[in-house]
Amino acid sequence: MKKLEPNVKLDIHEILKDLDQYAPKRRGWVWRNHEEIEMGGHVYKDASTPLKNSVAIPAGVGYFDNLDPQPKETITTEIASGRFEDDIRRMRMAAWHGADHIMVIRTAGQSHYDGLIEGTPQGIGGVPITRKQVRAHRKALDLIEEEVGREINYHSYVSGVAGPEIAVMFAEEGVNGAHQDPQYNVLYRNINMVRSFVDAAEAKKIMAWGDINQIDGAHNANATARDAWKVMPELMVQHGINSWFSEQSGIKPNNISLSTVPPTASPIPTLRYDLPYAVALRDFFDKYKMRAQMNTKYVTSSNREATVTHVLNMLISRLTSADIQSTITPDEGRNVPWHMYNIEACDTAKQTLVGLDGLMEMIELKSDGPLREKAREIKERAILYLEEMIEMGGYFESVERGMFVDSGEYPERNGDGIARQIDGGIGAGTLFKREANYMAPVTAHFGNNNTEQYGVDNEHASQLIGGDTFEVRDKIQYIDELDPEDNVNVRLKEKEAYRNTNLIMPEVEWLADGTVTIDLFLPVDAKVAKAAAIEYALDMKLEEVEVIHVEVMHPSEGTRVQVKGHTNHVVDTDQLEIPEEKAVLSDDELWAELETNRMKVVAGTIGEDEHSVGLREIIDIKHGGIEKWGIEVEYLGTSVPVQKFVDAAIEIDADAILISSIISHDDIHYKNMQKVHDYATERGVRDKLIIIAGGTQVTPEYAVEHGMDAGFGRGTKGAHVATALVERRREMNR
Amino acid sequence: MKGFQREDDFLNRRKHLEGLSDEELKKLFWDKIDQIVQPLLKMAKENTSPSIERSVLLRMGFSSIEADGLVDQMIDQGLMGYGAGHAVYLAAKQTDGDIRQAGLDMLDGKYWDEVAEQLKGGVK
Repeated sequence: MKKLEPNVKLDIHEILKDLDQYAPKRRGWVWRNHEEIEMGGHVYKDASTPLKNSVAIPAGVGYFDNLDPQPKETITTEIASGRFEDDIRRMRMAAWHGADHIMVIRTAGQSHYDGLIEGTPQGIGGVPITRKQVRAHRKALDLIEEEVGREINYHSYVSGVAGPEIAVMFAEEGVNGAHQDPQYNVLYRNINMVRSFVDAAEAKKIMAWGDINQIDGAHNANATARDAWKVMPELMVQHGINSWFSEQSGIKPNNISLSTVPPTASPIPTLRYDLPYAVALRDFFDKYKMRAQMNTKYVTSSNREATVTHVLNMLISRLTSADIQSTITPDEGRNVPWHMYNIEACDTAKQTLVGLDGLMEMIELKSDGPLREKAREIKERAILYLEEMIEMGGYFESVERGMFVDSGEYPERNGDGIARQIDGGIGAGTLFKREANYMAPVTAHFGNNNTEQYGVDNEHASQLIGGDTFEVRDKIQYIDELDPEDNVNVRLKEKEAYRNTNLIMPEVEWLADGTVTIDLFLPVDAKVAKAAAIEYALDMKLEEVEVIHVEVMHPSEGTRVQVKGHTNHVVDTDQLEIPEEKAVLSDDELWAELETNRMKVVAGTIGEDEHSVGLREIIDIKHGGIEKWGIEVEYLGTSVPVQKFVDAAIEIDADAILISSIISHDDIHYKNMQKVHDYATERGVRDKLIIIAGGTQVTPEYAVEHGMDAGFGRGTKGAHVATALVERRREMNR
Repeated sequence: MKGFQREDDFLNRRKHLEGLSDEELKKLFWDKIDQIVQPLLKMAKENTSPSIERSVLLRMGFSSIEADGLVDQMIDQGLMGYGAGHAVYLAAKQTDGDIRQAGLDMLDGKYWDEVAEQLKGGVK
């Protein structure tokens, strides 16, 4: 396979080519290393090795030359569009933003499918996890991890009634992480509980061979319980049962991860509940890994709110510990995640964790008081829970009696738990007692292989058949497609016109899906605003319009509404008139010209604007500002009045004025530019002065329309401004 | 239908835990977990399932479709307790030892009687 090039789009046809021959590059989970690094002039204590290729958070791009330190925690992103071929592009984008744990959600209903699904049928809310699809993903990630320079863990689910088979396929295909928790089957998928545990032991044993990191499913109790904060003792119990069952099945402790969620969210006083719980958990489960999941129980359609919950959750991760920091996309509360929200979530994690760098060197959690008292109480409640389970006769009996997901805070019981019968559920009655001469001539089999009856010891059971697929990869039987209609080839053909061509459409999940959102404030109440917003979207020729978020600003003064819809408009990029990016003069050219013909400028932020960081970047020699080439700068400071710019320029006989303006409401920045131009004209110096304006909200063309010689927006560097000054002076001298 | 209900009696119930140190509490937690988990592990050692047997066949080099067919027949023949891999192994021994060919032949209905007889003969 050819290496990926940052400027070349990934080719799905390349990925699918010769897939039957593809073997994953490696198997097993890889943790990030934890090291102290120095980057961009700063020391990072809780960091890992920087990436070869990445995109920093916007402030990193805008102010610090793509400064992109990577935190020590593995960062998860969940991808689930239903089309694995489109998910691949999102994986690449997420990897560039710092994700190294790609969790692929399964299609609805797969846990009830008794066997492996093959081919590439389209999924709902996830993809059908098949060998072909998994292999294609792993093949793409093998390339992507080389591009970014860090191992990427690929993850899906070993649950349902086909757990052991899925585990075998995952081990063969180099899947690195998987959810495996028989309690999830029992409580949320109504799969027979005896079958679930018997299958789980085999699945876990296979996962151990594949060095697959296993994550449990306890967080679901949190999402399901009526009052999430009351379920904490039970969460401890569920984590305990699965972790110990896994370890006893052969998985090493550092590949056993607890899926733990801070149970509450603001406006509940969240840290008072969540922090003692996090401490209790880490006290009891210190030999296992923590996968810090984000709270989804109280997620709404507000992206902003979900992001704040995410940040508060990460504060707990850092106050205690987390090995894997999961991210839930901020749009999870309203749809299956869209491309940009996966990226936002990764950025939120990166931004927060880097921001919290070194926190625990400066503070510590108190060893007494309410934190420890509450943690102790949760632990005791969990032990009492276990005592009652044992009294009842064990796990199955306690599930039959509705002990789990009861809304009472144990030992309180509200009688609304999820009860399952030992002989009930999907797959009931499908267990078979192993006979005395039962035999399984394969590697990673739970229990007695019993190959000794044929002269081969159990440790080398597969030697009886000359090695199994775990040792002899050629023995794997690869099935390409079973359904001639529902497969990736048909889907690719449908959208081929838009794949890596000059034709584009907006998208959020699938290539050329045409989905767009509009965000409106309407000065009416919510009911009217929703109807009006739809009217606007239809007027913009959007189809299948749907309101996705409504927030009351005031019962009568106004409402914020977000609407989604589909456009059919195709843009031909060959027909676009794209303004040429202005060439920058080289250092040598600038030095040569400015050394002989020196230049003086006055600079400041205009009006009521106190934001001087951007301007300092343009001026200061250490940021590559214009002083670098010997331009003399008279810095007038912040909030400089219009007249002062011109008066000062006259006074020191400056060649140019540099105006900086961040504030843009009511177009104040353009109005001020016009005023400077007008005042300079009035003073009779306009034709002798170069006047340039810059700021994050400045559009160059508009700046020129408002009397400027040039305007500069986001991403401007000193060299751009120096070039403009030099070129404008040459023009004026002609 | 509402199940069993009870007020929070934590303060009464916890009395026997009150004097325990944090370490003792942790040990107690894991002892209890072990008491619950051990019977589950024992059950897993003593039983098998269609998915486990299909997973054995996958490892032996059969496709998911072939594994499915073989396990269905194992169930029909009442042989699941002996292990699907065991049955295929015995069938291969009847011929030249080619495991995959033996399994494919079994899907065509061959060898089942001989294999059943040997399996039911017990441990050799």
